[in-house]
Amino acid sequence: MANIMIRTADSGGLTFYLPKRDLEASISSIEFDTPEKWGGELKLDNGGIYFIDPIARPSRLPISLRARRIGAAED
Amino acid sequence: MTTMTREETEALIAEVLEVYPEKAKKDRAKHLMVNDQSIEQSKKCITSNRKSLPGVMTVRGCAYAGSKGVVWGPIKDMIHISHGPIGCGQFSRAGRRNYYVGTTGVDTFGTMNFTSDFQEKDIVFGGDKKLTKLIEEVEMLFPLHKGISVQSECPIGLIGDDIEAIAKKGAVTIGKPIIPVRCEGFRGVSQSLGHHIANDTIRDWVLDKRDGTPDTSTPYDVAIIGDYNVGGDAWASRILLEEMGLRVVAQWSGDGTLAEMMNTPKVKLNLLHCYRSMNYITRHMEEKYGIPYMEYNFFGPTKIIESLRRIAGFFDDSVKEKAELVIARYQPMMDAIIAKYKPRLQGKKVMLYVGGLRPRHIIGAYEDLGMEVVGTGYEFAHNDDYDRTIKEMGNTTLIYDDASGFELEEFVKKIKPDMVGSGIKEKYIFQKMGIPLRQMHSWDYSGPYHGYDGFAIFARDMDIALSNPVWGNMVPPWKKEVVEEIAKAA
Repeated sequence: MANIMIRTADSGGLTFYLPKRDLEASISSIEFDTPEKWGGELKLDNGGIYFIDPIARPSRLPISLRARRIGAAED
Repeated sequence: MTTMTREETEALIAEVLEVYPEKAKKDRAKHLMVNDQSIEQSKKCITSNRKSLPGVMTVRGCAYAGSKGVVWGPIKDMIHISHGPIGCGQFSRAGRRNYYVGTTGVDTFGTMNFTSDFQEKDIVFGGDKKLTKLIEEVEMLFPLHKGISVQSECPIGLIGDDIEAIAKKGAVTIGKPIIPVRCEGFRGVSQSLGHHIANDTIRDWVLDKRDGTPDTSTPYDVAIIGDYNVGGDAWASRILLEEMGLRVVAQWSGDGTLAEMMNTPKVKLNLLHCYRSMNYITRHMEEKYGIPYMEYNFFGPTKIIESLRRIAGFFDDSVKEKAELVIARYQPMMDAIIAKYKPRLQGKKVMLYVGGLRPRHIIGAYEDLGMEVVGTGYEFAHNDDYDRTIKEMGNTTLIYDDASGFELEEFVKKIKPDMVGSGIKEKYIFQKMGIPLRQMHSWDYSGPYHGYDGFAIFARDMDIALSNPVWGNMVPPWKKEVVEEIAKAA
Protein backbone atom coordinates (compact mmCIF):
# COMPACT_ATOMS: atom_id res chain seq x y z
CA MET A 1 0.00 0.00 0.00
CA ALA A 2 1.24 3.44 -0.80
CA ASN A 3 -0.05 6.95 -0.49
CA ILE A 4 -0.90 8.45 -3.84
CA MET A 5 -2.39 11.70 -5.03
CA ILE A 6 -4.82 12.11 -7.91
CA ARG A 7 -5.18 15.52 -9.51
CA THR A 8 -6.74 17.04 -12.59
CA ALA A 9 -4.22 17.49 -15.37
CA ASP A 10 -3.90 20.72 -17.30
CA SER A 11 -5.20 18.83 -20.33
CA GLY A 12 -8.34 17.82 -18.42
CA GLY A 13 -7.58 14.17 -17.63
CA LEU A 14 -6.40 12.75 -14.33
CA THR A 15 -2.80 12.45 -13.19
CA PHE A 16 -1.44 10.01 -10.70
CA TYR A 17 1.36 10.99 -8.33
CA LEU A 18 3.26 8.68 -6.03
CA PRO A 19 5.27 10.91 -3.64
CA LYS A 20 7.42 8.09 -2.27
CA ARG A 21 8.96 7.48 -5.67
CA ASP A 22 8.25 10.89 -7.19
CA LEU A 23 6.41 9.14 -9.94
CA GLU A 24 4.01 11.15 -12.03
CA ALA A 25 1.90 9.53 -14.74
CA SER A 26 -1.41 10.21 -16.39
CA ILE A 27 -4.30 7.87 -15.73
CA SER A 28 -5.45 6.31 -18.97
CA SER A 29 -8.47 4.52 -17.52
CA ILE A 30 -10.36 4.36 -14.26
CA GLU A 31 -12.57 1.35 -13.50
CA PHE A 32 -15.52 3.10 -11.85
CA ASP A 33 -16.37 6.66 -12.77
CA THR A 34 -19.86 7.46 -11.49
CA PRO A 35 -20.83 9.97 -8.77
CA GLU A 36 -21.60 7.18 -6.27
CA LYS A 37 -18.78 4.82 -7.10
CA TRP A 38 -15.38 6.13 -8.16
CA GLY A 39 -12.05 4.38 -8.16
CA GLY A 40 -11.11 0.74 -8.57
CA GLU A 41 -8.35 -0.16 -10.94
CA LEU A 42 -6.33 2.72 -12.31
CA LYS A 43 -4.41 2.03 -15.50
CA LEU A 44 -1.50 4.40 -16.00
CA ASP A 45 0.06 5.43 -19.27
CA ASN A 46 3.42 4.12 -18.09
CA GLY A 47 2.02 0.60 -17.90
CA GLY A 48 1.45 0.45 -14.13
CA ILE A 49 -1.84 -0.64 -12.60
CA TYR A 50 -2.95 0.49 -9.15
CA PHE A 51 -6.09 -0.25 -7.17
CA ILE A 52 -7.92 2.19 -4.91
CA ASP A 53 -11.00 1.26 -2.90
CA PRO A 54 -14.03 2.70 -4.68
CA ILE A 55 -15.47 5.77 -2.95
CA ALA A 56 -18.03 8.43 -3.81
CA ARG A 57 -16.56 10.75 -6.44
CA PRO A 58 -14.57 13.40 -4.53
CA SER A 59 -16.03 16.89 -4.73
CA ARG A 60 -12.59 18.39 -5.20
CA LEU A 61 -9.30 17.22 -6.62
CA PRO A 62 -6.45 16.68 -5.85
CA ILE A 63 -7.05 13.99 -3.28
CA SER A 64 -4.66 11.74 -1.40
CA LEU A 65 -5.59 8.08 -1.17
CA ARG A 66 -4.11 4.72 -0.32
CA ALA A 67 -3.45 2.56 -3.33
CA ARG A 68 -2.29 -0.99 -3.92
CA ARG A 69 -0.04 -1.87 -6.81
CA ILE A 70 -1.24 -4.66 -9.06
CA GLY A 71 1.49 -6.46 -10.96
CA ALA A 72 5.17 -5.66 -11.19
CA ALA A 73 6.70 -2.28 -10.39
CA GLU A 74 7.08 -0.04 -13.40
CA ASP A 75 10.07 2.19 -13.93
CA MET B 1 19.20 23.14 -36.37
CA THR B 2 22.07 21.21 -34.97
CA THR B 3 24.95 20.20 -37.12
CA MET B 4 24.87 16.62 -35.86
CA THR B 5 22.48 14.00 -37.14
CA ARG B 6 20.83 11.36 -35.00
CA GLU B 7 23.31 8.71 -36.15
CA GLU B 8 26.28 10.92 -35.37
CA THR B 9 25.00 11.69 -31.88
CA GLU B 10 24.29 8.03 -31.22
CA ALA B 11 27.77 7.15 -32.43
CA LEU B 12 29.21 9.78 -30.09
CA ILE B 13 27.42 8.27 -27.10
CA ALA B 14 28.64 4.79 -28.06
CA GLU B 15 32.19 6.07 -28.47
CA VAL B 16 32.22 7.76 -25.07
CA LEU B 17 30.79 4.70 -23.35
CA GLU B 18 33.44 2.47 -24.91
CA VAL B 19 35.94 3.01 -22.06
CA TYR B 20 33.62 1.69 -19.36
CA PRO B 21 33.56 -1.93 -18.20
CA GLU B 22 30.62 -3.91 -19.57
CA LYS B 23 28.34 -3.50 -16.55
CA ALA B 24 29.00 0.19 -16.11
CA LYS B 25 28.53 0.77 -19.82
CA LYS B 26 25.11 -0.87 -19.73
CA ASP B 27 24.09 1.27 -16.78
CA ARG B 28 25.39 4.56 -18.13
CA ALA B 29 23.84 3.98 -21.55
CA LYS B 30 20.42 4.34 -19.92
CA HIS B 31 21.27 7.85 -18.76
CA LEU B 32 22.23 9.27 -22.13
CA MET B 33 19.86 9.96 -24.98
CA VAL B 34 19.45 11.67 -28.30
CA ASN B 35 16.48 13.98 -28.16
CA ASP B 36 13.37 13.15 -30.10
CA GLN B 37 10.56 15.64 -29.70
CA SER B 38 7.95 13.11 -30.75
CA ILE B 39 8.47 11.14 -27.53
CA GLU B 40 5.79 11.83 -24.92
CA GLN B 41 7.36 9.99 -22.02
CA SER B 42 11.01 10.39 -21.19
CA LYS B 43 11.20 7.13 -19.28
CA LYS B 44 11.24 5.23 -22.54
CA CYS B 45 14.63 6.66 -23.44
CA ILE B 46 16.28 8.01 -20.29
CA THR B 47 16.64 6.77 -16.75
CA SER B 48 17.03 9.30 -13.97
CA ASN B 49 17.15 9.66 -10.20
CA ARG B 50 19.23 6.52 -9.75
CA LYS B 51 22.25 5.94 -7.58
CA SER B 52 25.47 7.16 -9.20
CA LEU B 53 27.95 4.47 -10.17
CA PRO B 54 30.88 4.10 -7.78
CA GLY B 55 34.05 5.23 -9.50
CA VAL B 56 32.59 7.70 -11.97
CA MET B 57 32.98 11.33 -10.99
CA THR B 58 29.50 12.59 -10.29
CA VAL B 59 28.83 16.20 -9.37
CA ARG B 60 25.80 15.52 -7.25
CA GLY B 61 25.24 16.78 -3.72
CA CYS B 62 23.61 15.12 -0.72
CA ALA B 63 20.29 15.38 1.08
CA TYR B 64 21.77 17.88 3.54
CA ALA B 65 22.80 20.07 0.60
CA GLY B 66 19.26 19.93 -0.73
CA SER B 67 17.67 20.83 2.59
CA LYS B 68 20.08 23.25 4.24
CA GLY B 69 21.69 24.66 1.14
CA VAL B 70 18.64 25.03 -1.05
CA VAL B 71 15.28 25.02 0.69
CA TRP B 72 15.85 26.07 4.31
CA GLY B 73 19.10 28.01 4.13
CA PRO B 74 17.82 31.17 2.38
CA ILE B 75 15.06 31.77 4.95
CA LYS B 76 16.73 34.78 6.42
CA ASP B 77 15.18 35.35 9.84
CA MET B 78 15.71 31.82 11.08
CA ILE B 79 18.83 30.22 12.43
CA HIS B 80 19.72 27.03 10.61
CA ILE B 81 21.84 24.81 12.81
CA SER B 82 24.07 22.37 10.96
CA HIS B 83 23.85 19.63 13.55
CA GLY B 84 26.92 17.43 13.34
CA PRO B 85 30.61 17.84 12.48
CA ILE B 86 31.68 21.30 11.44
CA GLY B 87 32.62 20.82 7.78
CA CYS B 88 29.16 20.45 6.24
CA GLY B 89 28.05 23.78 7.59
CA GLN B 90 31.25 25.66 6.92
CA PHE B 91 31.74 24.56 3.33
CA SER B 92 28.11 25.24 2.41
CA ARG B 93 28.12 28.66 4.06
CA ALA B 94 27.02 31.59 1.89
CA GLY B 95 28.22 29.94 -1.32
CA ARG B 96 24.94 30.24 -3.14
CA ARG B 97 24.58 34.00 -2.94
CA ASN B 98 20.97 33.99 -1.79
CA TYR B 99 20.66 37.74 -1.41
CA TYR B 100 18.55 39.22 1.37
CA VAL B 101 17.77 42.50 3.07
CA GLY B 102 18.57 42.82 6.75
CA THR B 103 21.37 43.21 9.24
CA THR B 104 23.30 39.98 9.38
CA GLY B 105 23.77 38.76 12.92
CA VAL B 106 20.98 40.94 14.30
CA ASP B 107 17.71 40.14 12.56
CA THR B 108 18.91 38.07 9.61
CA PHE B 109 21.33 35.16 9.58
CA GLY B 110 21.63 34.03 5.96
CA THR B 111 25.39 34.06 5.55
CA MET B 112 26.29 32.84 9.03
CA ASN B 113 27.22 29.32 9.97
CA PHE B 114 25.71 27.79 13.10
CA THR B 115 26.92 24.32 13.94
CA SER B 116 27.06 21.99 16.90
CA ASP B 117 30.64 20.98 15.90
CA PHE B 118 30.43 17.28 16.78
CA GLN B 119 33.48 15.71 18.41
CA GLU B 120 34.28 12.09 19.14
CA LYS B 121 32.63 12.26 22.56
CA ASP B 122 29.39 13.51 21.04
CA ILE B 123 29.33 10.49 18.74
CA VAL B 124 29.93 8.19 21.70
CA PHE B 125 27.59 9.80 24.22
CA GLY B 126 25.10 11.45 21.85
CA GLY B 127 24.68 15.10 20.98
CA ASP B 128 21.33 15.82 22.59
CA LYS B 129 22.73 17.84 25.48
CA LYS B 130 24.92 19.83 23.15
CA LEU B 131 21.95 20.69 20.94
CA THR B 132 19.89 21.80 23.94
CA LYS B 133 22.71 24.05 25.08
CA LEU B 134 23.18 25.38 21.56
CA ILE B 135 19.53 26.34 21.35
CA GLU B 136 19.77 28.21 24.65
CA GLU B 137 22.91 30.02 23.55
CA VAL B 138 21.36 31.00 20.22
CA GLU B 139 18.38 32.45 22.01
CA MET B 140 20.65 34.44 24.33
CA LEU B 141 23.02 35.74 21.64
CA PHE B 142 20.51 36.35 18.84
CA PRO B 143 17.21 37.22 20.50
CA LEU B 144 15.70 38.62 17.29
CA HIS B 145 15.68 35.33 15.43
CA LYS B 146 12.20 34.01 14.56
CA GLY B 147 12.88 30.31 14.79
CA ILE B 148 15.43 27.56 14.45
CA SER B 149 15.80 24.67 12.06
CA VAL B 150 18.00 21.74 12.99
CA GLN B 151 19.60 20.32 9.86
CA SER B 152 20.96 16.87 10.60
CA GLU B 153 24.24 15.76 9.18
CA CYS B 154 25.11 12.09 8.62
CA PRO B 155 26.21 11.10 12.15
CA ILE B 156 22.91 12.19 13.70
CA GLY B 157 21.05 9.51 11.80
CA LEU B 158 23.79 6.96 12.39
CA ILE B 159 23.87 7.34 16.17
CA GLY B 160 20.11 7.82 16.39
CA ASP B 161 19.86 11.11 18.28
CA ASP B 162 16.27 12.16 18.95
CA ILE B 163 16.34 15.69 17.57
CA GLU B 164 12.55 15.82 17.38
CA ALA B 165 12.28 15.53 21.17
CA ILE B 166 14.93 18.22 21.69
CA ALA B 167 13.16 20.47 19.20
CA LYS B 168 9.81 20.12 20.92
CA LYS B 169 11.29 20.76 24.35
CA GLY B 170 13.42 23.64 23.12
CA ALA B 171 10.47 25.28 21.36
CA VAL B 172 8.61 25.41 24.66
CA THR B 173 11.64 26.85 26.47
CA ILE B 174 12.35 29.66 24.01
CA GLY B 175 8.78 30.15 22.79
CA LYS B 176 9.71 30.02 19.10
CA PRO B 177 9.34 27.30 16.51
CA ILE B 178 12.16 24.77 16.26
CA ILE B 179 12.02 22.51 13.24
CA PRO B 180 13.98 19.26 13.20
CA VAL B 181 14.94 18.26 9.66
CA ARG B 182 16.05 14.68 9.11
CA CYS B 183 18.17 15.45 6.07
CA GLU B 184 21.17 13.22 6.77
CA GLY B 185 23.43 13.22 3.74
CA PHE B 186 23.24 9.49 3.15
CA ARG B 187 19.51 9.58 2.44
CA GLY B 188 18.59 9.20 -1.20
CA VAL B 189 20.75 9.31 -4.30
CA SER B 190 21.21 13.10 -4.57
CA GLN B 191 20.17 16.45 -3.14
CA SER B 192 16.74 15.83 -4.62
CA LEU B 193 15.58 13.82 -1.63
CA GLY B 194 16.81 16.62 0.63
CA HIS B 195 14.42 18.99 -1.16
CA HIS B 196 11.60 16.53 -0.58
CA ILE B 197 12.44 16.06 3.11
CA ALA B 198 12.69 19.83 3.60
CA ASN B 199 9.33 20.36 1.89
CA ASP B 200 7.76 17.71 4.11
CA THR B 201 9.09 19.37 7.27
CA ILE B 202 7.70 22.72 6.13
CA ARG B 203 4.37 21.00 5.56
CA ASP B 204 4.39 19.35 8.99
CA TRP B 205 5.95 22.07 11.18
CA VAL B 206 5.30 25.43 9.53
CA LEU B 207 2.51 25.65 7.00
CA ASP B 208 -0.54 25.11 9.19
CA LYS B 209 0.55 27.36 12.06
CA ARG B 210 -1.67 30.28 11.05
CA ASP B 211 -4.69 28.33 9.85
CA GLY B 212 -7.87 29.94 11.11
CA THR B 213 -6.28 33.30 11.92
CA PRO B 214 -8.04 36.41 10.56
CA ASP B 215 -7.58 36.72 6.85
CA THR B 216 -6.33 40.02 5.47
CA SER B 217 -5.68 38.73 1.99
CA THR B 218 -6.70 40.37 -1.27
CA PRO B 219 -7.93 38.59 -4.43
CA TYR B 220 -4.54 39.31 -6.02
CA ASP B 221 -2.28 37.51 -3.55
CA VAL B 222 0.38 35.25 -4.98
CA ALA B 223 3.47 33.49 -3.65
CA ILE B 224 6.75 33.02 -5.49
CA ILE B 225 7.75 29.42 -4.83
CA GLY B 226 11.15 27.99 -5.67
CA ASP B 227 13.02 31.19 -6.35
CA TYR B 228 16.16 31.34 -4.22
CA ASN B 229 17.08 34.91 -5.04
CA VAL B 230 20.46 33.95 -6.45
CA GLY B 231 22.06 37.31 -7.20
CA GLY B 232 18.67 39.00 -6.70
CA ASP B 233 16.56 36.82 -9.02
CA ALA B 234 13.44 36.87 -6.90
CA TRP B 235 13.49 40.66 -6.71
CA ALA B 236 13.72 40.93 -10.50
CA SER B 237 10.73 38.59 -10.77
CA ARG B 238 8.76 40.20 -8.00
CA ILE B 239 8.68 43.68 -9.51
CA LEU B 240 7.09 42.34 -12.68
CA LEU B 241 4.34 40.65 -10.72
CA GLU B 242 3.76 43.77 -8.65
CA GLU B 243 3.59 45.93 -11.77
CA MET B 244 0.87 43.59 -12.97
CA GLY B 245 -1.20 44.47 -9.92
CA LEU B 246 -0.52 41.31 -7.97
CA ARG B 247 0.50 41.27 -4.33
CA VAL B 248 3.47 39.03 -3.63
CA VAL B 249 2.86 37.71 -0.14
CA ALA B 250 5.73 35.30 0.14
CA GLN B 251 9.07 34.48 -1.42
CA TRP B 252 10.13 30.86 -1.02
CA SER B 253 12.76 30.89 0.04
CA GLY B 254 15.22 33.52 -1.26
CA ASP B 255 14.90 36.65 0.93
CA GLY B 256 11.99 34.86 2.59
CA THR B 257 10.91 34.80 6.20
CA LEU B 258 9.19 32.32 8.43
CA ALA B 259 6.11 34.54 8.67
CA GLU B 260 5.82 34.65 4.89
CA MET B 261 5.78 30.87 4.76
CA MET B 262 3.09 30.68 7.41
CA ASN B 263 0.98 33.17 5.43
CA THR B 264 1.31 31.33 2.15
CA PRO B 265 -1.80 29.13 2.58
CA LYS B 266 -3.87 32.32 2.24
CA VAL B 267 -2.70 33.18 -1.30
CA LYS B 268 -4.77 32.69 -4.43
CA LEU B 269 -2.08 31.27 -6.68
CA ASN B 270 1.29 29.66 -6.14
CA LEU B 271 3.83 30.58 -8.78
CA LEU B 272 6.32 27.77 -9.03
CA HIS B 273 9.70 28.51 -10.55
CA CYS B 274 11.93 25.65 -9.44
CA TYR B 275 9.65 22.71 -10.01
CA ARG B 276 12.19 20.14 -8.89
CA SER B 277 12.79 21.47 -5.40
CA MET B 278 9.39 22.79 -4.39
CA ASN B 279 6.66 20.97 -6.31
CA TYR B 280 6.01 18.87 -3.22
CA ILE B 281 4.74 21.76 -1.13
CA THR B 282 2.63 23.22 -3.94
CA ARG B 283 0.99 19.85 -4.48
CA HIS B 284 0.19 19.74 -0.78
CA MET B 285 -1.24 23.26 -0.78
CA GLU B 286 -3.31 22.45 -3.84
CA GLU B 287 -4.89 19.53 -2.03
CA LYS B 288 -5.27 20.97 1.45
CA TYR B 289 -6.03 24.62 0.71
CA GLY B 290 -7.26 24.42 -2.88
CA ILE B 291 -4.56 26.81 -4.13
CA PRO B 292 -3.73 26.14 -7.78
CA TYR B 293 -0.10 26.25 -8.80
CA MET B 294 1.48 27.22 -12.04
CA GLU B 295 4.99 26.66 -13.36
CA TYR B 296 6.43 29.77 -14.92
CA ASN B 297 9.67 30.71 -16.63
CA PHE B 298 11.22 34.17 -16.33
CA PHE B 299 14.32 33.58 -18.48
CA GLY B 300 14.35 35.61 -21.70
CA PRO B 301 11.62 37.88 -23.13
CA THR B 302 9.81 35.16 -25.12
CA LYS B 303 9.24 33.00 -22.05
CA ILE B 304 8.57 35.99 -19.79
CA ILE B 305 5.77 37.22 -22.08
CA GLU B 306 4.33 33.72 -22.26
CA SER B 307 4.48 33.34 -18.47
CA LEU B 308 3.07 36.79 -17.68
CA ARG B 309 0.05 36.11 -19.91
CA ARG B 310 -0.54 32.71 -18.35
CA ILE B 311 -0.26 34.15 -14.83
CA ALA B 312 -2.70 36.95 -15.74
CA GLY B 313 -5.07 34.28 -17.05
CA PHE B 314 -5.74 33.23 -13.45
CA PHE B 315 -7.03 36.71 -12.55
CA ASP B 316 -9.57 39.27 -13.74
CA ASP B 317 -9.34 41.65 -16.68
CA SER B 318 -7.59 44.44 -14.77
CA VAL B 319 -4.58 42.18 -14.22
CA LYS B 320 -4.67 41.01 -17.82
CA GLU B 321 -4.63 44.62 -19.04
CA LYS B 322 -1.77 45.52 -16.74
CA ALA B 323 0.17 42.48 -17.87
CA GLU B 324 -0.08 43.72 -21.46
CA LEU B 325 1.08 47.15 -20.30
CA VAL B 326 4.08 45.60 -18.56
CA ILE B 327 4.95 43.63 -21.68
CA ALA B 328 4.60 46.74 -23.85
CA ARG B 329 6.68 48.85 -21.47
CA TYR B 330 9.66 46.50 -21.47
CA GLN B 331 9.50 45.59 -25.15
CA PRO B 332 11.62 48.53 -26.39
CA MET B 333 14.29 47.69 -23.79
CA MET B 334 14.30 44.06 -24.91
CA ASP B 335 14.45 45.05 -28.58
CA ALA B 336 17.46 47.23 -27.86
CA ILE B 337 19.27 44.42 -26.02
CA ILE B 338 18.55 41.89 -28.73
CA ALA B 339 19.58 44.38 -31.44
CA LYS B 340 22.87 44.93 -29.61
CA TYR B 341 23.83 41.40 -28.68
CA LYS B 342 22.15 39.12 -31.21
CA PRO B 343 24.53 39.98 -34.06
CA ARG B 344 27.48 39.21 -31.77
CA LEU B 345 26.08 35.95 -30.43
CA GLN B 346 24.09 34.64 -33.39
CA GLY B 347 24.62 30.96 -34.13
CA LYS B 348 26.84 30.22 -31.14
CA LYS B 349 26.38 26.78 -29.63
CA VAL B 350 25.95 26.17 -25.91
CA MET B 351 26.05 23.05 -23.77
CA LEU B 352 24.45 23.07 -20.35
CA TYR B 353 24.89 20.81 -17.38
CA VAL B 354 23.29 22.13 -14.22
CA GLY B 355 20.53 21.16 -11.81
CA GLY B 356 17.00 22.03 -10.87
CA LEU B 357 15.13 23.97 -13.51
CA ARG B 358 17.88 25.64 -15.52
CA PRO B 359 18.77 22.98 -18.08
CA ARG B 360 15.36 23.56 -19.67
CA HIS B 361 14.36 27.05 -18.50
CA ILE B 362 17.39 28.90 -19.84
CA ILE B 363 17.05 27.50 -23.35
CA GLY B 364 14.51 30.21 -24.23
CA ALA B 365 16.85 32.97 -23.12
CA TYR B 366 19.68 31.63 -25.30
CA GLU B 367 17.33 31.31 -28.25
CA ASP B 368 16.25 34.93 -27.81
CA LEU B 369 19.90 35.84 -28.35
CA GLY B 370 20.12 33.68 -31.46
CA MET B 371 22.18 31.03 -29.70
CA GLU B 372 21.50 27.35 -29.81
CA VAL B 373 21.58 24.81 -26.98
CA VAL B 374 23.07 21.62 -28.40
CA GLY B 375 23.25 19.56 -25.25
CA THR B 376 21.66 19.71 -21.83
CA GLY B 377 21.49 17.63 -18.73
CA TYR B 378 20.57 17.55 -15.08
CA GLU B 379 22.50 16.43 -12.05
CA PHE B 380 19.53 15.21 -10.06
CA ALA B 381 16.36 15.46 -12.16
CA HIS B 382 13.52 12.98 -12.17
CA ASN B 383 11.66 11.76 -15.20
CA ASP B 384 9.01 14.48 -15.00
CA ASP B 385 11.81 17.01 -15.59
CA TYR B 386 12.93 15.18 -18.71
CA ASP B 387 9.32 15.00 -19.93
CA ARG B 388 9.36 18.78 -19.89
CA THR B 389 12.87 19.07 -21.35
CA ILE B 390 12.25 16.97 -24.44
CA LYS B 391 9.79 19.55 -25.75
CA GLU B 392 12.17 22.44 -25.16
CA MET B 393 15.23 20.95 -26.82
CA GLY B 394 15.85 20.63 -30.55
CA ASN B 395 15.69 17.25 -32.25
CA THR B 396 18.83 15.09 -32.24
CA THR B 397 20.46 17.16 -29.50
CA LEU B 398 22.19 15.37 -26.68
CA ILE B 399 20.62 14.89 -23.25
CA TYR B 400 22.59 13.47 -20.33
CA ASP B 401 21.58 12.55 -16.81
CA ASP B 402 24.05 12.61 -13.90
CA ALA B 403 26.94 12.89 -16.35
CA SER B 404 30.39 12.02 -15.04
CA GLY B 405 33.37 14.32 -15.43
CA PHE B 406 34.77 12.06 -18.14
CA GLU B 407 31.58 11.92 -20.19
CA LEU B 408 31.09 15.66 -20.10
CA GLU B 409 34.66 16.32 -21.21
CA GLU B 410 34.38 13.87 -24.09
CA PHE B 411 31.06 15.31 -25.22
CA VAL B 412 32.47 18.81 -25.20
CA LYS B 413 35.57 17.69 -27.13
CA LYS B 414 33.44 16.14 -29.84
CA ILE B 415 30.53 18.55 -30.06
CA LYS B 416 32.80 21.60 -29.73
CA PRO B 417 30.28 24.08 -28.37
CA ASP B 418 31.22 27.77 -28.30
CA MET B 419 30.31 27.93 -24.64
CA VAL B 420 29.49 25.68 -21.70
CA GLY B 421 27.12 26.55 -18.87
CA SER B 422 27.89 24.47 -15.80
CA GLY B 423 29.37 24.68 -12.33
CA ILE B 424 32.63 25.66 -10.72
CA LYS B 425 33.97 22.09 -10.81
CA GLU B 426 33.71 22.12 -14.60
CA LYS B 427 34.75 25.72 -15.11
CA TYR B 428 38.54 25.51 -15.24
CA ILE B 429 38.70 22.20 -17.08
CA PHE B 430 36.79 23.67 -19.99
CA GLN B 431 38.44 27.05 -19.86
CA LYS B 432 41.81 25.33 -20.13
CA MET B 433 40.43 23.52 -23.16
CA GLY B 434 39.75 26.98 -24.62
CA ILE B 435 36.00 27.02 -24.19
CA PRO B 436 34.40 29.84 -22.21
CA LEU B 437 32.26 28.65 -19.32
CA ARG B 438 29.64 30.54 -17.42
CA GLN B 439 28.96 29.19 -13.98
CA MET B 440 25.21 28.75 -14.16
CA HIS B 441 24.57 27.61 -10.58
CA SER B 442 25.08 31.04 -9.11
CA TRP B 443 25.33 33.08 -12.34
CA ASP B 444 29.11 33.28 -12.05
CA TYR B 445 28.96 35.87 -9.27
CA SER B 446 26.73 38.05 -11.46
CA GLY B 447 22.95 38.16 -11.70
CA PRO B 448 20.07 38.46 -11.47
CA TYR B 449 19.12 36.54 -14.61
CA HIS B 450 15.36 36.34 -14.00
CA GLY B 451 12.91 38.84 -15.41
CA TYR B 452 13.44 41.63 -17.92
CA ASP B 453 16.19 43.29 -15.91
CA GLY B 454 17.87 39.93 -15.53
CA PHE B 455 17.85 39.31 -19.27
CA ALA B 456 19.83 42.48 -19.85
CA ILE B 457 22.52 41.19 -17.49
CA PHE B 458 22.33 37.70 -18.94
CA ALA B 459 22.90 38.98 -22.48
CA ARG B 460 25.81 41.16 -21.38
CA ASP B 461 27.43 38.31 -19.44
CA MET B 462 27.19 35.87 -22.33
CA ASP B 463 28.74 38.46 -24.63
CA ILE B 464 31.55 39.18 -22.18
CA ALA B 465 32.34 35.49 -21.85
CA LEU B 466 32.27 34.74 -25.57
CA SER B 467 33.93 37.89 -26.88
CA ASN B 468 36.81 37.84 -24.42
CA PRO B 469 40.00 38.15 -26.52
CA VAL B 470 41.71 35.52 -24.36
CA TRP B 471 40.04 32.70 -26.30
CA GLY B 472 42.01 33.77 -29.38
CA ASN B 473 45.28 33.39 -27.50
CA MET B 474 45.02 29.81 -26.35
CA VAL B 475 48.19 28.81 -28.19
CA PRO B 476 51.24 30.49 -26.58
CA PRO B 477 53.41 32.58 -28.93
CA TRP B 478 56.38 30.16 -28.99
CA LYS B 479 54.09 27.32 -30.04
CA LYS B 480 52.22 29.49 -32.50
CA GLU B 481 55.30 29.85 -34.72
CA VAL B 482 55.69 26.10 -34.89
CA VAL B 483 52.03 25.70 -35.80
CA GLU B 484 52.42 28.29 -38.56
CA GLU B 485 55.61 26.67 -39.86
CA ILE B 486 53.94 23.30 -40.03
CA ALA B 487 51.05 24.89 -41.85
CA LYS B 488 53.47 26.52 -44.28
CA ALA B 489 55.38 23.29 -44.87
CA ALA B 490 52.14 21.46 -45.58
